[in-house]
Amino acid sequence: MIKTLDLVPVLPEIFIALAGLALLMLGVFRKEDSTKAVSVLVILALGAAMVLVSSLGADRHLAFNGLFVADRFAGFAKGLILVASAISIAMSLPYLEREKIGRFEYPILVLFATLGMMMMVSANDFIALYLGLELQSLSLYVLAAYNRDNLKATESGIKYFILGSLASGMLLYGVSLLYGFAGTTSFEGLANLFAGGPEHHVKPNMGVIAGLVFVLAGLSFKVSAVPFHMWAPDVYEGAPTPVTSFFAVAPKIAALCLLTRVMFGPFADLVEQWRQVVTFIAIGSMFVGAFAAVVQTNIKRLMAYSSIGHVGFVLVGIASGSTLGIQGVLIYLAIYLFMNVGTFAVILSMRQKGRMVEGIEDLAGLSKTNPMMAFVMAVLMFSMAGVPPLAGFWGKFYVFMAAIESGLYTLAILGVLSSVVSAYYYLRIIKIMYFDDAVEAFDKPVGTSMVLVMAVSTVVVLAFTLVPGPLVTSAKAAAAVLFPVAG
Amino acid sequence: MNDWPLLSLTTFLPLAGALFILTIRGETAVVDRNARNVALLTSLATFVVSLFIAFKFNGASPDFQFKETALWFPGTTIAYSMGVDGISVWFVLLSTFLTPICILAAFGSVTKRVKEYMVAFMILETMMIGMFCALDLVLFYIFFEAVLIPMFIIIGVWGGQRRVYAAFKFFLYTLLGSVLMLLAMLAMYFEAHTTDIPSLMAHSFPFKMQLWLWLAFFASFAVKVPMWPVHTWLPDAHVEAPTGGSVILAGVLLKMGAYGFIRFSVPMLPDASVYFTPLIYTLSIVAVIYTSLVALVQEDMKKLIAYSSVAHMGYVTIGIFSMTTQGVEGAIFQMLSHGVVSGALFRCVGVIYDRMHTREIARYGGLATRMPLYAVVFMIFTMASVGLPGTSGFVGEFLVLMGVFQVNTWVAFFAATGLVLGAAYMLYLYRRVVFGRLTREDLKTILDLDMREVAVFVPLILIVIWMGVYPATFIEPMHASVAKLIDNYELARAAHDGLSLAAR
Repeated sequence: MIKTLDLVPVLPEIFIALAGLALLMLGVFRKEDSTKAVSVLVILALGAAMVLVSSLGADRHLAFNGLFVADRFAGFAKGLILVASAISIAMSLPYLEREKIGRFEYPILVLFATLGMMMMVSANDFIALYLGLELQSLSLYVLAAYNRDNLKATESGIKYFILGSLASGMLLYGVSLLYGFAGTTSFEGLANLFAGGPEHHVKPNMGVIAGLVFVLAGLSFKVSAVPFHMWAPDVYEGAPTPVTSFFAVAPKIAALCLLTRVMFGPFADLVEQWRQVVTFIAIGSMFVGAFAAVVQTNIKRLMAYSSIGHVGFVLVGIASGSTLGIQGVLIYLAIYLFMNVGTFAVILSMRQKGRMVEGIEDLAGLSKTNPMMAFVMAVLMFSMAGVPPLAGFWGKFYVFMAAIESGLYTLAILGVLSSVVSAYYYLRIIKIMYFDDAVEAFDKPVGTSMVLVMAVSTVVVLAFTLVPGPLVTSAKAAAAVLFPVAG
Repeated sequence: MNDWPLLSLTTFLPLAGALFILTIRGETAVVDRNARNVALLTSLATFVVSLFIAFKFNGASPDFQFKETALWFPGTTIAYSMGVDGISVWFVLLSTFLTPICILAAFGSVTKRVKEYMVAFMILETMMIGMFCALDLVLFYIFFEAVLIPMFIIIGVWGGQRRVYAAFKFFLYTLLGSVLMLLAMLAMYFEAHTTDIPSLMAHSFPFKMQLWLWLAFFASFAVKVPMWPVHTWLPDAHVEAPTGGSVILAGVLLKMGAYGFIRFSVPMLPDASVYFTPLIYTLSIVAVIYTSLVALVQEDMKKLIAYSSVAHMGYVTIGIFSMTTQGVEGAIFQMLSHGVVSGALFRCVGVIYDRMHTREIARYGGLATRMPLYAVVFMIFTMASVGLPGTSGFVGEFLVLMGVFQVNTWVAFFAATGLVLGAAYMLYLYRRVVFGRLTREDLKTILDLDMREVAVFVPLILIVIWMGVYPATFIEPMHASVAKLIDNYELARAAHDGLSLAAR
């Protein structure tokens, strides 16, 4: 049964792939340094891909014999990924020029990583999933070591590569187990196989469960969830700051969306089997993220633990196993995106006498030396701590709402308690900026793109409470497609 | 102006003022002056608008009035819904009344980063008023929690020596209690399928669930009240906060917890409230007696008044859970009275602190010779705090004792010992600061109250006397609402008893 080759749903991905190849050529054949030109073109390409994604509409399209799916969920996730990648390139450019490590491959690597992420969130089969995941991961390994003359950066690249390969191996092993016991790698095929309503009482095979656990472990590594989080702080600290800012947002969003699709696609009916694993990972991530961050002195390491904590909260939404949970995941990720790019815009502006600084103490007295930047950072930190009325609160609100709806009271209570602990270190940053005396001012000006990113993220974080409608409704529509029966 | 959204106007007027202050640019001295004036004018305007609410409020009706509703979160019942009844209207007025006084008090004492101080205070006022007006669970929670942000900044930036410690303790303590309340609210939402407060009051939750919900709410409100043994953040926060911050903290923020008991715990979870009443009584009595004794040995004036606040709030919780008309009305009255009196007492400390920059009691003495006006003012508020008949403090404490006496004489007995102890530590404080011989060299040049300080104290004195001499003005409008609260409570109790009888 050979269908006609329908390429329309894959159009955004094909466009990005072609754009990447063309820009690579452009970079090679132009004699002078073309980092800036290529960066701008990459941002434009991402924008064009965004238009293509949104033009696909609300329907569910399959392509490549059902290996690839474009639906509202994928559309929502791709929207977030494209925005995150574009912002991250815009923020990197001034840094690369200043540090004189600008090469045109940088934006193109980001572009290919983005392509991999888009393939991931649209995967409808474990083989397609693996392809997307590896394209993304390989680009990220190179990016981590991008500053190749720097010892720390290369170390972080190698670390990331070795541990990442291990995780990919675990994932593949899990997939092979699944294939061995279930006979298919297709999400729909697996879903049909496990779909035993209450009347069937189909008990899943032990091999399938083992495969599921291996897949979960591999994906947990990619989202840096406890106990597979060890790489994150080192890689975040070692990689050049713009790369860190990219790592913290787009790949996290992509991997969490992928995790959501895998859990609610093929394994939707095994929820009782994976819920306890996800619950454990969620609690671990929330607590490690909260407690380990308390003692950090480097702001990039702190952000690594902070993102581990955030992943834990997102996993609470997944553990709830309901439409509301997925809606919560998507809302959380959208808000997380803006909080993080804003914070990294501030971190990228931390320069004293032309040198980057990364210590938390270097922020001391920022409210006197640069009140606007301190205000932005304070808003973002309060938001990350989940204090209403800022946007970060609503992300947590929705995931905990889902947890309570599903009766996961213990998880919810532990979750909110860990959020109190994590509030401590966010408050500490505010304390350093507002209560402590100034040491040395940061260099000015911070650059137009940074100011723009800070302004946009602050406005989003502040205004979400006033106009929550658009995001909440579109997240709900996106969440509904993963529940074909109920939705 | 019948159709004006008065509540939203009152709530968000200060926020508009804050935004306006943010736009002021120029030389520091000019900016400071303008920021002060804008803040004062905005808060006065807010007070005037809130007076409209008070005059148009129909005290005979027990319902929520001035209701406003707007859709907010699609797909849920969470709505922007505001309204006041005979109970909450007083707290709105208390907030709008105390804020201009705090701002006026800051004119001389806050000299660094004045603009930011005023912005923080204006935001704080918006959140406080919004909290008392909110008729939606989630909206209430938003305002309830958002108060922490400006207060954290106020304590941390303009506070004393140990301000960082105090600010963190304040923030984390309250947050810890509140997050549990949030989960309880979510559980209520899935049980009753609404977040509308009036509808939730009509909903009856299963008894077992009530117990857990009650404990979660208790975790939040007990910290806010604060009740013994989770009161320890209060002395720290009070001592380190700037005077304006202390006034608002004691005047309004402490009332949020007790207001929560009246608004949520008692009407929504009546069976659990009965079940836990002995717990409340015990903790409150410990608070009244223990913190009074602790207050007796304090060397720091602010700390002494902070401990006295814990004791006074003990009366409030006893009154609320006595569930008699006198008890509940007394509790509300006591809250209003304490809001004004403790605010004024902190202001009294602030006056001499601004001059001498110490709050140590031993550093003062014999102020009556140099500051006769101050001695009179301080005397009035000391007497109000002690509960002298004719001042506001007497009415509240008397009603509470009368209410609880009908239910449990032992509780009334132990609570009454607090009155004696209260008189002891307040008079002891007054004697050490104001009377005696003026021996210290630096005190010999101290100046009496100036015009601005007199302007701050006059309205406070008038209110305290008015509340003491003619309390009916304040109690009558709350009759209907309190009666409804108690009726519903009795009804729910009867239904529950009927059920448990039938089960036998």
